[in-house]
Amino acid sequence: MTQKRMAIIASKGTLDMAYPPFILGSTAAALDYEVQIFFTFYGLQLLRKDLSDVKISPLANPAMPMPVPMPVLVSALPGMESMATMMMKQKIKAKGVASIEDLRTACLEAGVKFIGCQMTVDLFDFSHDDFIEDVEYGGASTFLQFAGETDICLFV
Amino acid sequence: MDFTKELDARGLNCPLPIIKTKKALGDLQSGQVLKVLSTDTGSVKDMQAFAAQTGNELVGSEAQGKEYVFFLRKK
Repeated sequence: MTQKRMAIIASKGTLDMAYPPFILGSTAAALDYEVQIFFTFYGLQLLRKDLSDVKISPLANPAMPMPVPMPVLVSALPGMESMATMMMKQKIKAKGVASIEDLRTACLEAGVKFIGCQMTVDLFDFSHDDFIEDVEYGGASTFLQFAGETDICLFV
Repeated sequence: MDFTKELDARGLNCPLPIIKTKKALGDLQSGQVLKVLSTDTGSVKDMQAFAAQTGNELVGSEAQGKEYVFFLRKK
């Protein structure tokens, strides 16, 4: 059986959208896939050494379950984003769901390759020092070289 | 069923039971059996899919109330 391959583009940097690339990446690696994840635009935030700024917002997210119905203008008040993030993290812990730190570590331990988008680093004046050391940097061509030979290719 | 090693994945949710199963199998020799305990309802189908894709054989599984027990023989 030849080894399967999966490529993912992670373009979003919110707490909820951090899960698909890290869950699928770590699981595919456990299933013996060779996996690369390309982090671009806001997705690059998921490679920061410190992930405590990764948040979830109830704003423009009407599908987010809330304990009480929440008018949009209330969701826009200062502190609501931090509160929603705190509540979501509590729920994640209570339900035995892994933290994004843990899933990211599981990816790395299983050999998932992380590619950071160099253009995004330049665009937002980021520094490679902001990110974990296990990242290689490249561009669209780097991603396509691997993606062109994959069985599964996803954009998140 | 006889087993060499037991993994307690109770209380953990997707994808942790599968990731920990993969890790635990790494400590076994080919032919040895791993017992996995789980409370994740999704792990019933996930464990079958894991076995089908990795070649480790799911030699037994049962539900005991809200707990699931799986036996995997390492490839």
